[in-house]
Amino acid sequence: MTQTAHLAARDVGVRFGDIQVLSGVDLDIHPGEVHGLIGENGAGKSTLGKVLGGYYRATFGDIFVEGQRQSRWDTPTALSNGIAIMHQELQLVPALTVAQNVYLGIEDHRAGVLRNTEAARLRKLMDDSGLALEPDEITSSLTIADQQKIEILRALARDARVIVMDEPTSSLSKSEVKQLHRIMKSLRDEGRSVIYVTHFLDDVLDVCDRITVLRNGQMVHTRDRGTETKETLVSAMLGDEKAETLYPPKPIDFGAVALSVTDLRSSNGSKVESLQVRAGEIVGFAGLIGAGRSEIVRAIVGADSASGRVEVNGVAIATGNIQASTRAGLVMVPEDRRGQGLVMTLPVRANMTLPHLVEYSHGGVVSNREERTLATRLIERFSVRPAIVDGDVSNYSGGNQQKILLGKWIARNPCVLILDEPSRGVDIGAREKIHEEISRLAAEGVAILVISSELNEVLGLANKVCLIDRGQIVAEVDPNRASEADVLATLFKHQGKEECSA
Amino acid sequence: MTRAQTLKFLQDYAVLILIFALMVTLTFLSDSFLTGRNLLNILNQNAPLAIMASAMTLVIISGGFDLSVAAIFAIGSVVSAWIALHINPYLGLALAPFVGLLLGCANGLAITVLKVHSFLATIATALIFKGIAIALSDGRLISVRVDEFTWLGRSKFLGVFNSVWMMTIFAIVLTFLLTRTILGRQILAVGGNEEAAILSGIRTNRVKIATFAIAGFAAGLASIITTSRVALGQASSGEGLELQAIAAVILGGTSIYGGQGAIWRSIAGVFLLALVNNGFNILSADPFYRDLTTGLIILAAVGISAVGQRR
Repeated sequence: MTQTAHLAARDVGVRFGDIQVLSGVDLDIHPGEVHGLIGENGAGKSTLGKVLGGYYRATFGDIFVEGQRQSRWDTPTALSNGIAIMHQELQLVPALTVAQNVYLGIEDHRAGVLRNTEAARLRKLMDDSGLALEPDEITSSLTIADQQKIEILRALARDARVIVMDEPTSSLSKSEVKQLHRIMKSLRDEGRSVIYVTHFLDDVLDVCDRITVLRNGQMVHTRDRGTETKETLVSAMLGDEKAETLYPPKPIDFGAVALSVTDLRSSNGSKVESLQVRAGEIVGFAGLIGAGRSEIVRAIVGADSASGRVEVNGVAIATGNIQASTRAGLVMVPEDRRGQGLVMTLPVRANMTLPHLVEYSHGGVVSNREERTLATRLIERFSVRPAIVDGDVSNYSGGNQQKILLGKWIARNPCVLILDEPSRGVDIGAREKIHEEISRLAAEGVAILVISSELNEVLGLANKVCLIDRGQIVAEVDPNRASEADVLATLFKHQGKEECSA
Repeated sequence: MTRAQTLKFLQDYAVLILIFALMVTLTFLSDSFLTGRNLLNILNQNAPLAIMASAMTLVIISGGFDLSVAAIFAIGSVVSAWIALHINPYLGLALAPFVGLLLGCANGLAITVLKVHSFLATIATALIFKGIAIALSDGRLISVRVDEFTWLGRSKFLGVFNSVWMMTIFAIVLTFLLTRTILGRQILAVGGNEEAAILSGIRTNRVKIATFAIAGFAAGLASIITTSRVALGQASSGEGLELQAIAAVILGGTSIYGGQGAIWRSIAGVFLLALVNNGFNILSADPFYRDLTTGLIILAAVGISAVGQRR
């Protein structure tokens, strides 16, 4: 088989500093296949994709192209051998046109003077590949899905035979994902290969011919799609037989109202007439992307200025003041771990005490001992790995970073906990851990507000689900009776109504 | 050690390795280098810059830049000499650092209230401060030849110049502040991820103002050492110190992007630059090559630390 493989990896491993993130990978990419790379976050699937695309250097092992061992393997070499990589964050120049981006670096020129033939060449390329875009459109005005097409066209313009796609669907809608899958299939039918790195099992099963599962930086196996099901993939990823996310039992006993919001109006455009969350209750916020869910909770917790009344356990707190909220026991775990949650340049323990420095210090001097004790306790409680209080958070996997972030906010036993996308971009193991923890906190009497873009997560966790549109609560549903389809239908109905009246 | 570990070690300790290499070289090249007297002189001469670079470290870690410290130094010089001459020498020495503190607060307020990047704001305030210094001194030198004023910069305590003691204490205090206190933690957080700091309830504007206030205080402190040593207050003193201080901080390995760094690094940076100067002096080499060499060393140090950050 090795002779016929476009691209092969033999015993490939990667080390970042002291951390071994990938080892012993053997992989063949055949002509005309869509090859899925799956695994939990931190399993090394993205890293492997980047190694194959020449973006990361393999610390050990060899890469073969058409059976030839490559002594040097970086992005330009990969490209000249017909291997292109499409990054999760698209690498396009927003201000240039579609055609200029596709031919960036390989423009047709005469002695350095451009001949402006890109648009015409692109039309020809699009006819051949069946991808359609307007060549002269400015890239930044296109949707993410269309921008991905530019990346694919760019690979085709360089005559790529293998395209590595790293989590290409993370910001696409359902129909856009379908479209991308169609493109992948047509690339395959032309004899090209696609390496599809993703954590969506349905997607992998939908489009891949073969699937490689990674676990903890090691290859588990490569199998034909036909022999795999969601259950077999999950068990391979987790290492033992385990069904896909089962939600912990919902809380049943509620206490008094812990969070009460009335007539809250924020400068960020959100508006809450009335919202109550009882101690021990889990309330979910569902809405389409851009519906203003995060804006509402930012206003409640005081991250954005607001007017109105926010009460914690019956006591009104100052709006627009995060410190006051934190002290009153009202905290929010923000959605963007890297951007809003953790300080990547600080160690684990310092991240955990950051909002509570006053409580962990004496006379302005931070107490090392108390800080370490707290960090150790939280690391144990969430089984953060690696379990090092001085660990460098930037080297942790997404799931472990999320656990650290969660630990940071529950360190002082809050009475109201707001979680914005608590399991976005984390692996199944960490996700279950986080769900368990949410349920455990509710059982301890914490009032919880969960935002998630995954409807099944909101429905699976919450006692009550509020539907959000345009920064307001538009409806309330009972998650025990409503299905995902019901919720979506209601959301779309509200959206339509607003548009008509607007 | 693996290649990656070696590289990381080199990056972390580049400045110390360079200092060591330079000291070994100079010891072989000249008999007058490795003497207590010469080394103590180097420390004494560079104490003011080291004090300013220590405080600049905090500003840079928090994600800012302060180009006005040399102008604050000039005001400190003029103010301390004027008060010393007209009111009381001790009062002049005691007050100048606090004038610097106030001017630093003004910098911080300009940056946070007007929401201007510190680089631009301090270019403007530097001109303003310089203008004030010239106006206060009326463009003249203020000579203060009294022992009550010059003792600070000229005399020794336990055989070591006062300036060296002050530098050491100041650096230790700032190290403690950065590594052990709430404010230090907040400075690291603001520079590392401002949004996360805000969401953690940190009043980031106050933290920034504090770093500029400390930088101003340090400039005032540095200026009394120099002014008392030369017994002369002048508006033109301290020129170019702001860039030397920034160069020393970067040379030491503190991240120019904020969030990471240490005070000892900046002190080491100052002494690396000082050793180059000293080497040229004791070898009587052509001073033309001095700036060239300094530039090459800064480029090399910054290059080494940038290599590993590409990932």
